[in-house]
Amino acid sequence: MKKLATRILSLAVALGVGLGFSAVQKDAAAGWEPKKPVEFVIMAGKGGGADRLARFIQGIIEKNNLSSKPFVPINKGGGSGAEALRYLKDHAGDPHVIMATLNSYYTTPLRNPGLGVDIAEFTPITRLAEDTFQLWVHTDTGITTVDEFVAAVKAAGPENWKMGGTGKGQEDSLVTAMLEKKFDIKVTYVPYKGGGTVAKELIGKHINSTVNNPSEQAGFWEAGKSRPLASFTPKGKLTGRFGDIPTFEELGYGTDMVYYMQRSVIAPAGIDKDVQAFYVGVFEKVYKSDEWQEYLDKKGLIPGWLTGTALTEYFVAEREAHRQMLKAAGEID
Amino acid sequence: MEVLALLINGFAITFEPLNLALVIAGVVVGLFIGAMPGLGSVNGVAILLPMTFLVPPTSAVIFLAAIYYGAMYGGAISSIMLGIPGASTAVATTFDGRPLALKGLADKALVAAAAASFVGGTISVVLFTLFALPLADVALAFGPPETFALMVLAFATFVGLGGDDIPKTLFSILIGLVLSTVGLDIISGQPRLIFGDLTGFYHGINFLVLAIGIYGIGEMLWTIEVSQGEVLMSKATVSFRGILNNLKGLKSSIKTMIMGSFLGYFVGILPAAGATPGSLMAYGVAKTMSKNPETYGKGNIDGVVAPEAANNAASTGSMLPMLTLGIPGSPTTAILLGGMVIWGLEPGPLVFTDHPDFVWGLIASLYVANVFALLINIGFIPAFIWVLKMPFTILAPIIFVLCVVGGYVPTQDMHDVWLMLIFGVVGYLMRKLDYPMAPAVLAIVLGPLAEPAMRQSLIGSHGDVMTFFERPISGTIMAIAFLLFVLPLLKAAKGRLSRRRAEGSP
Repeated sequence: MKKLATRILSLAVALGVGLGFSAVQKDAAAGWEPKKPVEFVIMAGKGGGADRLARFIQGIIEKNNLSSKPFVPINKGGGSGAEALRYLKDHAGDPHVIMATLNSYYTTPLRNPGLGVDIAEFTPITRLAEDTFQLWVHTDTGITTVDEFVAAVKAAGPENWKMGGTGKGQEDSLVTAMLEKKFDIKVTYVPYKGGGTVAKELIGKHINSTVNNPSEQAGFWEAGKSRPLASFTPKGKLTGRFGDIPTFEELGYGTDMVYYMQRSVIAPAGIDKDVQAFYVGVFEKVYKSDEWQEYLDKKGLIPGWLTGTALTEYFVAEREAHRQMLKAAGEID
Repeated sequence: MEVLALLINGFAITFEPLNLALVIAGVVVGLFIGAMPGLGSVNGVAILLPMTFLVPPTSAVIFLAAIYYGAMYGGAISSIMLGIPGASTAVATTFDGRPLALKGLADKALVAAAAASFVGGTISVVLFTLFALPLADVALAFGPPETFALMVLAFATFVGLGGDDIPKTLFSILIGLVLSTVGLDIISGQPRLIFGDLTGFYHGINFLVLAIGIYGIGEMLWTIEVSQGEVLMSKATVSFRGILNNLKGLKSSIKTMIMGSFLGYFVGILPAAGATPGSLMAYGVAKTMSKNPETYGKGNIDGVVAPEAANNAASTGSMLPMLTLGIPGSPTTAILLGGMVIWGLEPGPLVFTDHPDFVWGLIASLYVANVFALLINIGFIPAFIWVLKMPFTILAPIIFVLCVVGGYVPTQDMHDVWLMLIFGVVGYLMRKLDYPMAPAVLAIVLGPLAEPAMRQSLIGSHGDVMTFFERPISGTIMAIAFLLFVLPLLKAAKGRLSRRRAEGSP
């Protein structure tokens, strides 16, 4: 019982100290502070990669007392994030709303011009990381190289080679289109709800290959059930345990087989400079925290701090790249 | 015997004072979160997740799992007492729980729900303990065709029901299916049925909105009509002797409990299914297997027992794919999964060998949580009954407020509140016209699972429907579904034949 008592006591002390600290912080920072809980909009449903990441960030903010008011995650995943984008547009000037983005940040407005959303208008906060993609097969296929993969797809024929991925027009389907074009192959693309399900379908042998993120396949890879063939990154960008996976460039397929998923945070249009500075400050502390650095390493994410106009420029350039990709895939005119 | 040693070690972890305190706290919190309409275990776990950084991962998961568990018990409370499903997993409990309460048998229904939850929980944890790893392979074997076959089976249990009018049941299912297609279609990437450009429809129609509308608002309108302005008071009474007698009276329901537990557990381990479809399917199967299917929906105690056993069993089951495959079996385990990542644990095939303390601590805590949830729940029953004794003129506005809150909370969008009110009025009218509402609710839950599964299968087989019948697992399930569909028809035909014979021989 003594142990319990001490733990409860330490918990109470931790809480008290935490509250005290946030009070001190308030005085220290002369700039803007949130007056009520901050809505942390997530462009995807509960449980997906984007959702987990946002809740992880919320956890870091909470654990380290980075904000006097809590960040409350709200999922608005409807219509591949269309719902979230519209929400941000309708909340122009609202300092208590921010949003975690993924690549549907580019593709959804491109595919739904009726939404009337121009992402260049939103206020950039920061890019925290870039996620990467690999080409994965089940180890039982015996395929160990990209060449063998291409040969196997050709031998099976487009009817019989099933590539699993996320919804049509989303990242996985764009990466698959890149593969098809590069190697002059055709696959049957089967869309699933999320990357986790796709990973599991590969292990259950319901599909033949995937273009999962490293974190989605990591568990199965360690258990010897799946095998990455190549990484859609430039040479040397991916480090840690995923760094040993060869890139398409290293394998001699040119430098164009590269695709990233950005993990960024943005705010609505028309918010004050000191509000923007507050959020940049909070996320800078998140970015520098041990938890975040460890997470990056574990999940095979590439660190990618970027903020201010440079971030907006990055968004605009990426949107243009996605416009071309969607055109090539026949998704838009 | 290795399992036993691991389990005992798990119990040692669970009985550490901190963990035991967290189990009890979690169960109580979960009970109330589950009982609040709209605030299901998903919200509860999501809200409390950040608090768990203060304790070690094993304690954290024990706390959150206890909330999940408590919510499964708690969901039944408002379903029975107020006719508003407290959580999505308790929708099926409303079907018979509410009529029982109206008959003045709320205490009986509450005791049955608690007992069934306990049995479901315990059977599933035993199954989990003994067969966790082999069953993980079963989850893997379920691809799109198998998932679709399972959904067909679920529908078959609802169509092929005796008692009900089959065309009206079909109509109800079809309405539910149409509503379930609203929102973004992942296969084509296009939004569907968004009524021009109403952003509120982008996230689809949350089925809790439908269920709270139909059962909460619809029920209220119905009661207002029936009472004709009279002040109604429920005549429910409760005593501990009564509770004991009610427990004894459940003997005849043991078979249903066991069926519900096994079914719930197996549906729970299938990724993406979870406790809500599990409980609805258990209700359908219980009704199909029953000798008096016509009493379902009018206050059959088995109609409470089956879904309550199943939803607890499924909540245990859905932890299996979460731990071994890193795929959440339900929305709540999706949040738990997020938690595991934050605590620095990598879910996947190796979690059982890499983190035995975590896994077995969790499993053992489920046994303990079950016992506490049962005791706490039964202890609270007199308090719940007291609420029921309020005059309806006071209760009705409370129900209305709870419904509005319940409609708003899941998506935090006023759009859904309006939608819920519309469903309430439509539900009331459909009820006046004697349309069964349960099948519509089933369809809107299963539709979003069945449709992509069917289309994924057909994309994979290039349009060949035989893919559902050629594969051993999906073929078998399809055959059972077909039998379930035909059986009541045969029964009905036989009944008619014998009646004619009886009339023929005076």
